Amino acid sequence: MNMIEVKNVSMRFNMAKEKHESLKEYFLAAVQGRLQFEEFYALRDVSFNVEKGDFYGLIGLNGSGKSTLLKIISGVFKPSSGSTVVHGTIAPLIELGAGFDMDLTARENIYLNGTVLGMTPKYIDSKFDEIVEFSELQDFLDVPLKNYSSGMVSRIAFAIATVTKPDVLIADEILSVGDFLFQEKCEKRMRELMSGGTTVILVSHSIEQIERMCNKVTWLEKGRVRMTGDMRTVCDAYKALDQGGAT
Amino acid sequence: MSMLKAYCKDFWRYRFLLQNLIGRDFKLKYRRSVLGVLWSVLNPLLMNVVMVAVFSSILDMRGAGIENFSVYLIIGQLLFSFFSEATSSCMSSMLAAAPLIKKVYIPKYIFPLEKAGFALVNCLFSFIALIIVMIFTGAPLHPTAILAVYPLLTLFVFSLGIGLILAAATVFFRDIIHLWGVFITALMYFSAIFYDPFTMGGSGGAILQRFIGYNPMYWYITAFRAAVLDGELLSWNMIWVCGLCAILALAAGLFVFRKEQDKFVLHI
Repeated sequence: MNMIEVKNVSMRFNMAKEKHESLKEYFLAAVQGRLQFEEFYALRDVSFNVEKGDFYGLIGLNGSGKSTLLKIISGVFKPSSGSTVVHGTIAPLIELGAGFDMDLTARENIYLNGTVLGMTPKYIDSKFDEIVEFSELQDFLDVPLKNYSSGMVSRIAFAIATVTKPDVLIADEILSVGDFLFQEKCEKRMRELMSGGTTVILVSHSIEQIERMCNKVTWLEKGRVRMTGDMRTVCDAYKALDQGGAT
Repeated sequence: MSMLKAYCKDFWRYRFLLQNLIGRDFKLKYRRSVLGVLWSVLNPLLMNVVMVAVFSSILDMRGAGIENFSVYLIIGQLLFSFFSEATSSCMSSMLAAAPLIKKVYIPKYIFPLEKAGFALVNCLFSFIALIIVMIFTGAPLHPTAILAVYPLLTLFVFSLGIGLILAAATVFFRDIIHLWGVFITALMYFSAIFYDPFTMGGSGGAILQRFIGYNPMYWYITAFRAAVLDGELLSWNMIWVCGLCAILALAAGLFVFRKEQDKFVLHI
């Protein structure tokens, strides 16, 4: 069964040569015919399917469109053409700490972030201890988040996002923060979710991590799909590129 | 109609988020201030004292027929500052929500709605100031005061509609923020807050009497005064002008906002 269908997705950004943030500038430029845009395709005609239970990896160099693609799948961007369908609930972990207010305490943020992800306050009440326990931040619950280290923020964020059993978990580079013990804990948690039927999409620059966790991989290059298939084949080809570039 | 239904469904799903966001604004507004929420009451109260002093003794501008000038004035003040706060905070709501909507999908109209809701909560607190002034000046409590709910609710819808338009426009042109500040000050002087155009003499009075009916704020404030201060039923004119302005503003707001919302994330 397909959980996520990405069909011919293209994403075009208009890169204004100069930014017009005021009416006067805009009209002046429009009158003088200077309103020019450079079109930039972050994604071109990308298609793939993620099946239920897949641990799907996205790899590619910087600027290949991985994060843009994740944002399209999670609904933040609307693609310029093409479509994406997601069957079921999504828990997006695109940059940890989205939806946190740095002036509020961790306790208040757990409720705020939980409702951002569509949970009810009652549900958060019942899972509150579990979240706190997972993040190991019992002693800092009533400290404003701005006094946290980035590792501590990511612990809380990961704990909240994975406390539900989402159908799809979208994870962008999240495991690069936190110490190795916490990374192991996160990987374990993601495996648990998967055995419970969650489909995961993971973006990572750590090819070892992709090899360790994913079963299928899509390789993006400059916004196009370079290769898609099972993890071994794609990862070997990707690593060959690495060596090819070095020699 | 299906559009409205989708809005309502979303609204129901995200009601807790709305509640939490309003709670957050509330906490942040009064965090670290000793008197806290009391300022919502004290602020309009002190402003009222200042304005009564200025307009009744120094400038002597108040209309001759206004019986209880303090109450007359504070009603205008409270409703207008609600409108001003709601529209101004709606206006910058999308910019303020940028970190959030760049990373998670949330229906975007939640943010203007939250700001208007927060302004309403604030306004309800500040009605304590109105009650204090009424008690202090010995104004009678009319049973018709309950009718004031109508202008208040329609004003909320009206402000939300205007706020949605402003929020969408501000994403593309930040100039709106500065323009609106000037506009709202001009509108304030034209909303019969500290004068009654129909007891004012001279050419100024004549001009005001002729044109003030085109200002929706005048109608909301007047309807509220009729119910609370004069103990009268709302006239038909008040009912339909307040209602129609609210519906038109909301429809226009939803239309503009919906049309532009997918582009927001690329511009903030």
